[in-house]
Amino acid sequence: MVEPAVAHRAAISGAHLKFALLLALLVSVALAEIAFGPVRLTLGDITRAMTGNADPMPTAIITQIRAPRMVLGLGIGLSLAMCGAVLQGLLRNPLADPGLIGISGGASAAVVVVIVLGDLFIGDIPTPVRPYVLPIAAFLGALLVTGLILGLSQKNGEMSVGRLILVGVAINSIAGAGIGFLTYISDDTQLRDLTFWSMGSLAKSGWLAVLISVAAMLAATLYLFKFTRALDLFQLGERAAFHSGLDVMKIKFTVCTICAVAVGAGVSIAGPIGFIGLVAPHIARMLVGASHRVLLPASALVGGALLLGADLIVRTVAPPQELPIGLATSLIGGPFFLFLLLRERKI
Amino acid sequence: MIQGRDISLTYGRKTILHNVDAEVRFGTVVALCGPNGAGKSTLLSALAGDAKLAGGRITYGAAFSDDLTAKELAEKRAVLEQTPSLSARFSVDELVRLSVPLDLSPAETDGLVSAVLAQLGLGAFAHRMVETLSGGQRHRAHLARVLAQLRANRDLFGPNHLFLDEPTASLDILHQIEVMKAARAEARQGSGVLVVLHDLNLAAAFADQVVLMKEGRVVQSGTIGAVLQSKTLSEVYGTSIIVEKQGAAPLTIRPCFEGARL
Repeated sequence: MVEPAVAHRAAISGAHLKFALLLALLVSVALAEIAFGPVRLTLGDITRAMTGNADPMPTAIITQIRAPRMVLGLGIGLSLAMCGAVLQGLLRNPLADPGLIGISGGASAAVVVVIVLGDLFIGDIPTPVRPYVLPIAAFLGALLVTGLILGLSQKNGEMSVGRLILVGVAINSIAGAGIGFLTYISDDTQLRDLTFWSMGSLAKSGWLAVLISVAAMLAATLYLFKFTRALDLFQLGERAAFHSGLDVMKIKFTVCTICAVAVGAGVSIAGPIGFIGLVAPHIARMLVGASHRVLLPASALVGGALLLGADLIVRTVAPPQELPIGLATSLIGGPFFLFLLLRERKI
Repeated sequence: MIQGRDISLTYGRKTILHNVDAEVRFGTVVALCGPNGAGKSTLLSALAGDAKLAGGRITYGAAFSDDLTAKELAEKRAVLEQTPSLSARFSVDELVRLSVPLDLSPAETDGLVSAVLAQLGLGAFAHRMVETLSGGQRHRAHLARVLAQLRANRDLFGPNHLFLDEPTASLDILHQIEVMKAARAEARQGSGVLVVLHDLNLAAAFADQVVLMKEGRVVQSGTIGAVLQSKTLSEVYGTSIIVEKQGAAPLTIRPCFEGARL
């Protein structure tokens, strides 16, 4: 017979090894994201650029183009994946992802309003703020719709998960109809902007915008670690979680709001990037188990690696053209997800 | 002591509990019995602080249940639901650790988890995934989690209560007795136990008090001998029930079938 405490510690040391491998994978993909592209750089170029001893051209490529892009990809990947893991746990629904509680719908609707109708009010906005109107609108749209969905999901003082999903579907479809109408009345230039944005991209990433949004993502997602035990207790159902001492309502509201901030910050700069929030937590769960104490950091590592890997593909497959990143996230994540599911069935 | 006075509870327009009084003292086992739909689980849930009452009040010692936070309630009572569920792939060990308060040291938690699993005959299953267990084993694993919560909080904060909603429903006879023995042992350690039971023989063997309910009302409450009587039970259950007493053994309660065999 294996003593429970011994089995518990053996599971923890096995998880350490998997974390080391995931971290190595993430670092490798991050380095590849900086090294590969239309101009191929060596590890020596990267080291010299970091120490300030490189030629101006590789230094500019790294510091002005690829490094901010890598940092943004890392931030978005980890925040999408962690929020996906948290929402799947909170709602006890394996299909939950940040789109479900309205983040993507709200952000997309706000961005489409700015792209199509922006000319009507852009003159009233102070000049220094104008470049940031799009990200700010996406961020506010995400917060507004998330708040609306959470508010409407209340019934008799309780938030019902089933109701939340139905309200989410309804609000997202209303947002979709609004987006459809605005797309219909848009001109050719606006339509191209809309298409580009709606498929997601890390291309438009200057340091200032990247640092602001990644700081928001990191602050929010780090705060999520406070809720790992609570999320484990949610797996017993809300009533049993309450019986175990959890303030269920407060935690649901707090966690959903944190996710709106974390994902909204990413969507505002790179558009709605699908699949990572859904698939990364599942991959992480299969690797390290369901306990949120290990699931959240593992999801972050998988999400970061997955998104940077996807960006690497879209940048290098047909340079200088770039494919939408959503295509690549589905292309990498989908088959790998299927592989893991099939492997698990054989065990 | 947990005390409910004049409790009324409604779902929509339907009244489920009508002015019910109930109490569970420390160190005693109270069985909650009655036919299906009598309101037993609803009363247990109300006493556990789950529901918003339409009338009446529930007190935990000197405090009203409404004034207690979720954490304070968890310190004062542990609850095993009728159909406990688990939607994540946790091992038995992980499941049992879930409800143990963080105030306990890791070594104390290890010791507590080992002791509870051994007591419920689950020591060999500690590293098994809960989903691979049989229905009965799974139910006992959830009971282990609830007992771990109860004991940890009793050691930390003093006597508390254990609420069990039909804990023996999915178990064989041996394990029904083991579970009731475990409940009895918690009462000996100072906890008050409230247990919903359909099996009146288990109530007769293990409880100190019985609360007999029908259609949302308490028909009678008191000691085993006072409540578990043939006439009362036959009226409450709507079928002829025989209660037999043989020496010092617990009461034997069985339905009376007309004829040799149905």
